[in-house]
Amino acid sequence: MEFEPKIVSFLCNWCSYTGADLAGTSRMKYASNIRVIRVMCSGRVDPTFVLKSFREGADGVLICGCHPGDCHYHEGNYKCLRRYHFLKKYMAQMGINPDRLKLAWISASEGKEFAHLADEMAETIKSLGPCKVKDEMEIFD
Amino acid sequence: MKQITIDPITRLEGHGKIEIFLKDSGEVENVYFQVPELRGFEKFCEGRPVEELSQIVTKICGVCPGCHHMASGKAADAVYGVEPPPTAKKLRELFYMAHFVHSHIAHFYALAAPDFVVGPDADPAKRNVLGVIEKVGVEIGTEVLKQRRIAQEIQALLGGHQTHVVMNIPGGVRKGLTKEERDDILKKGEGFVEFSKFSLKLFNDVVLQNKDYVDLILNGPYSLTLHSMGLVDENNKVNFYEGKVRVVDTVGKEHCKYAAADYRDFVEERVETWSYLKFPYLKKIGWKGFVDGQDSGVYHATPLSRLNAADGMATPLAQVEYEKMYETLGGKPVHATLAMHWARLIELLYSSERLVELASDPDITGSELRTPIINVPDEGVGIVEAQRGTLTHHYWTDNKGIVKKANIIVGTTNNNAAICMSLKKAAQGLIKKGVDVSDGILNMIEMAFRAYDPCFSCATHRLPGEMPLQVNFRDKDGKIIRTVKRD
Amino acid sequence: MSQKPKIKLAIYWGAACGGCCVSVLDVHEKLFDVVAAADLVFWPIALDFKYKDVEAMADDYIDVTLYNGAVRNSENEHIAKLLRKKTKILVAYGSCAHMGGIPGLGNFSDRKGIFDRAYQTSESTVNEEKIRPQTETEMAEGTLTLPEFYNDVKTLDQVVDVDYYLPGCPPQTERLVEVFMAIVTGAELPPKGSVVGALEKTLCDECEREKTDEKVIKEFKRPWEIEDDGKTCFLEQGVICMGPATRGGCGARCIKGNAPCRGCYGPSSAATDPGAKMMSAIATMIDSDDPEEIESILDQVVDPAGTFYRFSLPGSIIRKTIG
Repeated sequence: MEFEPKIVSFLCNWCSYTGADLAGTSRMKYASNIRVIRVMCSGRVDPTFVLKSFREGADGVLICGCHPGDCHYHEGNYKCLRRYHFLKKYMAQMGINPDRLKLAWISASEGKEFAHLADEMAETIKSLGPCKVKDEMEIFD
Repeated sequence: MKQITIDPITRLEGHGKIEIFLKDSGEVENVYFQVPELRGFEKFCEGRPVEELSQIVTKICGVCPGCHHMASGKAADAVYGVEPPPTAKKLRELFYMAHFVHSHIAHFYALAAPDFVVGPDADPAKRNVLGVIEKVGVEIGTEVLKQRRIAQEIQALLGGHQTHVVMNIPGGVRKGLTKEERDDILKKGEGFVEFSKFSLKLFNDVVLQNKDYVDLILNGPYSLTLHSMGLVDENNKVNFYEGKVRVVDTVGKEHCKYAAADYRDFVEERVETWSYLKFPYLKKIGWKGFVDGQDSGVYHATPLSRLNAADGMATPLAQVEYEKMYETLGGKPVHATLAMHWARLIELLYSSERLVELASDPDITGSELRTPIINVPDEGVGIVEAQRGTLTHHYWTDNKGIVKKANIIVGTTNNNAAICMSLKKAAQGLIKKGVDVSDGILNMIEMAFRAYDPCFSCATHRLPGEMPLQVNFRDKDGKIIRTVKRD
Repeated sequence: MSQKPKIKLAIYWGAACGGCCVSVLDVHEKLFDVVAAADLVFWPIALDFKYKDVEAMADDYIDVTLYNGAVRNSENEHIAKLLRKKTKILVAYGSCAHMGGIPGLGNFSDRKGIFDRAYQTSESTVNEEKIRPQTETEMAEGTLTLPEFYNDVKTLDQVVDVDYYLPGCPPQTERLVEVFMAIVTGAELPPKGSVVGALEKTLCDECEREKTDEKVIKEFKRPWEIEDDGKTCFLEQGVICMGPATRGGCGARCIKGNAPCRGCYGPSSAATDPGAKMMSAIATMIDSDDPEEIESILDQVVDPAGTFYRFSLPGSIIRKTIG
């Protein structure tokens, strides 16, 4: 059976969730591997959410927020940006391929861009293969 | 073949067990001392910034963390090619002397004193620190606790954390000493000197004046003729913090003297399948097996070894005691394992005197605590004497100072082979055909082990003193045929 | 007049250093009070009771067991299970039992990695036959056994049910005494599974260094790169300090030694993954919105995993490296 990645996706309410919604209402086709969780702001995404996602079996994590300067709460997306870079550094140290985590800016009108992003992410994760975090954490030999 | 298992070893720091194999005749065939634990510091130090190591390696041992902290700090200095300023070095050594005081007091009073003050085969219920107190007076117990507390307080003052000290940083130390603090330490140091003198007098009155004990030390089944290792200063006097490692042979002639960076030319380690702890030996002689003698590569690194390897003590009162010990025991070097206890007390006195010397030095309250780092980090070795033997830390880093490799030879590790052999010799000397393996016999086997101070010895509280040992005699099918218990 | 019965106390160590046992002794002269209230029934570092003596005890015979040290091998686990059976209240004492502690750093590697380094590639070790310690060795005289070294380090609660956690490396003795007195005087204990002997607030609350509301950093520094003024918050001087992610209760002992906190008391109940918490806290401090500049500032934070999870790797969300 072909590997179908599970990609947990945190989308901010104001821009990126709306953009993803637009993709849906415009009937754009895109990879169904994306499982959406709406948050009020990308700045709400605690690194714990990302780590827990991998621990619970996600193969990839996608975070989307408003473009720089457009954040509904002014600073939230910048905070997310900094945490994101940190998470990638940490993941690399722990042997988790940093490409499994992606941050992108999607505005409310960027339905097409979101669909494209989802397809691209699914391809990337497919080529990386299943993420071994959940299985290996469970091995207590 | 009958098999006696003692598991776990108790009244020391760490895990250990002893397997004694008896011939059908009842005599000892062989004895194995096994260390069942390993944590992997040499591996998980990789990837850590080298300046963090001095706080990570203190967790190798919670009784001598200061030793690892010092060796690591010195290795990190060497990695950065930096020499701390005089005040910093003196503060480090000052801390270190307090560290030796606390540890040597604890070991002597809780571990050694009961066997001598109360008696090696005395009633087990009395053969503990409470029995000691009964014999010598109640003030002593409180005084032991108090002196240990004072030493710990000096450690906390200089090192922040009283156990897992944080004082070192590449290039120096993080904290200085005010004049008030120095005056206080000076007074406390003088108290240590008095207490050391008292402890030596106790040892003299109770042990050296007793012919049976002297006989036990000199003629009991406890001596091993081995090379001795210890750190010495430029005058070949004992120094715990700095100097060169000197090894003397079984007749006291210098076998080698090396600077920290050259340790691998003189010491190697081997692995056995039945212990997680490695076995160091002298490289130039090579590994000849678990044997003693001039031609054996096995050596020991203990307080006695340090005194054997040096030409004397660097402080006056300790020097007098040093000369007295060798005169009493028939000259240098001394191979009687139990003399380690005596040597330990002489070191206690030296540490106390040295602490007073350092605290009296005007540099000690200086404000220059660190030398700036300018070099690209690379590789470095730091060696100090831990209370239980020569301690070596060797680090390699990348050009950002992130550790690529670490190699560590720990104090007690030096003595691994010697401990195996001491236990076998004691068992062979004590378990004989027709002899009932009594409680006294069991305790006396343990005395062979205890002399090395394989780390912790609890200083106090209700040591029932008797080692509730259970010895199972098994037939060759492993079935228990007899149990000797001592509660 | 009947005297209150002494509580039966056991103290045992897994993969430990002895520091937690030292912390018990550091009650110093108060030891006589402890001994008056408690009977020590098992404590290998100090007493000579053997495993057989514990096996012979009835279930729940021991009132309180302080288990310190991590679970690194089969002996650590076996005795943890044995003590659980014989004990009413089992306390994970110290960082190692609580979250894995320093031995937990072994989870950056595995059994093969550790064995190869210790027994083969160590520069002073000569081992041409590639000998490794074995769980069973047949000697001429008989069989010698060793416990199995597990592939990864576990926390105590990953092998047995734990009643309370008393954190610290080691726990500050005053906290131990407070908890001990609470038990001995029969005070009401917090709900099972609680962390005791530590504050709910973070170390920043206890720390006496001066802090401002302006924590903005353009550059992170290694501790030896700064001239520490001895009174300003470490983070404000650009030095990583785990204070914001760590419970208070230790008395800020490392800070008093002029060293930044490294997190041995573990996280508070509000943010249970210390690394995730620190990543957030530090992200807030970075004074930049430019991705390239952010990356170069973050590059100055060396060894994030080993620093943020110094004491807590086995107890964290990503508890070991992926093979």
